[in-house]
Amino acid sequence: MADGAARPLLDVRGLKVGLPTRRGHLPILNGVDLHVKEGEVLGVVGESGAGKSITGLAVIGLLEPPARIDGGEVWFDGARIDGLSGDALRRIRGARIGVIFQDPLTSLNPLYTIGRQLTETIRTHMDLGADAAEKRAVELLDEVGIPAAASRLGAYPHEFSGGMRQRVVIALALCAHPRLIIADEPTTALDVSIQAQIIGVLKRLCREHGTAVMLITHDMGVIAETADRVAVMYAGRVIEDGTVAEVVRNASHPYSHGLMGSIPTIGERVGRLPQIRGAMPRVGAVPEGCAFAPRCPEVRDLCRAERPVMMGGKTTSAACWQYSPRWADSAGAAGAEAVADG
Amino acid sequence: MFSYLVNRVIQSIGVLLVVALLSFVIFNYVGDPINNMVGQEATLEDREELRERLGLNDSVIVQFLRFVGNAAEGEFGISYQFQRKVSDLILERMPATLELVFVSAIFALAAGIGLGVYTGLRRDSWLSRFVLTTSLIGVSLPTFVIGILLIYIFSVTLEWLPSFGRGDTVRLGSWDSGLLTGSGWLAIILPAITLGLFQLTIILRLVRAEMLEVLRTDYIKFARARGLSRRAVNFGHALKNTMVPVITIAGLQIGTLIAFSIITETVFQWPGMGLLFIQGVEFADVPIMGAYLLLAAIAFVAINLIVDLLYAAVDPRLRVSAQRGTGTA
Repeated sequence: MADGAARPLLDVRGLKVGLPTRRGHLPILNGVDLHVKEGEVLGVVGESGAGKSITGLAVIGLLEPPARIDGGEVWFDGARIDGLSGDALRRIRGARIGVIFQDPLTSLNPLYTIGRQLTETIRTHMDLGADAAEKRAVELLDEVGIPAAASRLGAYPHEFSGGMRQRVVIALALCAHPRLIIADEPTTALDVSIQAQIIGVLKRLCREHGTAVMLITHDMGVIAETADRVAVMYAGRVIEDGTVAEVVRNASHPYSHGLMGSIPTIGERVGRLPQIRGAMPRVGAVPEGCAFAPRCPEVRDLCRAERPVMMGGKTTSAACWQYSPRWADSAGAAGAEAVADG
Repeated sequence: MFSYLVNRVIQSIGVLLVVALLSFVIFNYVGDPINNMVGQEATLEDREELRERLGLNDSVIVQFLRFVGNAAEGEFGISYQFQRKVSDLILERMPATLELVFVSAIFALAAGIGLGVYTGLRRDSWLSRFVLTTSLIGVSLPTFVIGILLIYIFSVTLEWLPSFGRGDTVRLGSWDSGLLTGSGWLAIILPAITLGLFQLTIILRLVRAEMLEVLRTDYIKFARARGLSRRAVNFGHALKNTMVPVITIAGLQIGTLIAFSIITETVFQWPGMGLLFIQGVEFADVPIMGAYLLLAAIAFVAINLIVDLLYAAVDPRLRVSAQRGTGTA
């Protein structure tokens, strides 16, 4: 990624988020680097607790206090947005960055009609009268595929099914033509047949409007089908970043490699799915050096001593010492079969 | 909605009949009112004659049916003590109690919801902590102690406010109002605070707890993520969602205000129904006690009915189930 004139739409640099507690400061994100280009779909994957959702929340300034941004930079559309005042951030949220959360059943206020929730959001961000806002609400519902949209404005959330509610949520996120949508596990709470529909709607609309998407999920199927690029997160950092095809088929980082290896394939009989031994370190107990070192089959002393930065791997960028010139002369190098091209 | 309403009214009448039976049974077998009414020199014949005149010799069932029938017409018999119709006595005293309850309910609701929202939104400010600590006092001190304390401070020491009575009243038809005169307002301040303080703290703590709960929900997070203004999120979305439990408790608490204004009225010698009831108890004045018990029950039942209707107004999900009206309500 070339620095300078052409900054990507969303550029997160060394983002650190921490949680002050009585027993000291707990680091949750330890320097996240990722970027989303104009109109691109970035998939963010990782196990629970890797910091995917926190990254999304930190970008739009919705961290639950006392959690807070400790360091790093968030650039959006050419301007730095971390550390903006609450009100300035509020004007970006919903207007230029739309958000979709996991559970459509609880994302809508049960006491207001969806028409009211739509027009309220539209009128917050756009200079429209009541009638124009209502017209736009109907258009939006139409776009996300709600049948007889005009007649559903007066309906309450409980009168919709889960899939329909998630469509309404997508309509709400798209209200003011945002440049970027942060979708945090948008299909996890839905059943499988509906998931494909919702992803389809999201994909279609974002392509039509040229909206970029940061798609947070742990569902590799969704990623493979939707994303252009993938960022793999582990223990509060991005450890690999590359195109979907490369990461899925030929991951550079041993962790992503293991992660992809544990996806079952249809038509192949497997006795037991391969798994990565051990578990992700707890927040606050991330080891010095590479966070994956304790579980890594390729680990060397260098990995335990020093934390790797992102470097060019086989085809993607990965935070792994294998791709450093130093790998060859690190201790225990019986023969690094990996090609170092960094 | 209509069938739901009819359903609820029928239930309410059932409840009232049971209360009527209880009040009739309990009070009919407590003490012998004749002893209280006649002097030492009364002969047995005098007693018998009075007993006959008050209808105390009829069978229990006849007495109960007469009690219910009369109550339905607003007749609660003749007070043993005052030798006057109980309905007249109560009508005379009712305005004082209702005005007191009204003012203290407004006080408790306004201050309770306001402070509850504030302490819910500003969890960590020192003012919130102060309010919460002080509210503990409101919960733990008995009403009469608070009343006496207020009298000591504002009437005895500072001499700002009167310590008893309801000041000058203005007669509007059959309603004696103290809310139209300056002295009436001065007189109602202390009793209203005393009566409403407990309710205020309950409502405050409830609103705060509900606010904290609602502010954590996904739809509030999503409302923020949509970029709505802080005011729209806090008051438009959060506060309305706290209202269902708050309406329930507030309704019950206002019922309690009516029923238990007795203590406050006694402390401040407030000429309302509660004071009348206390005088009735001292005298084993069964008609007054029975009438009061029934009135308190009516107040509770009516408020509950209103509360149920308010639920439907606030929460559309209940509206739908009410319309389906399968009689499960």
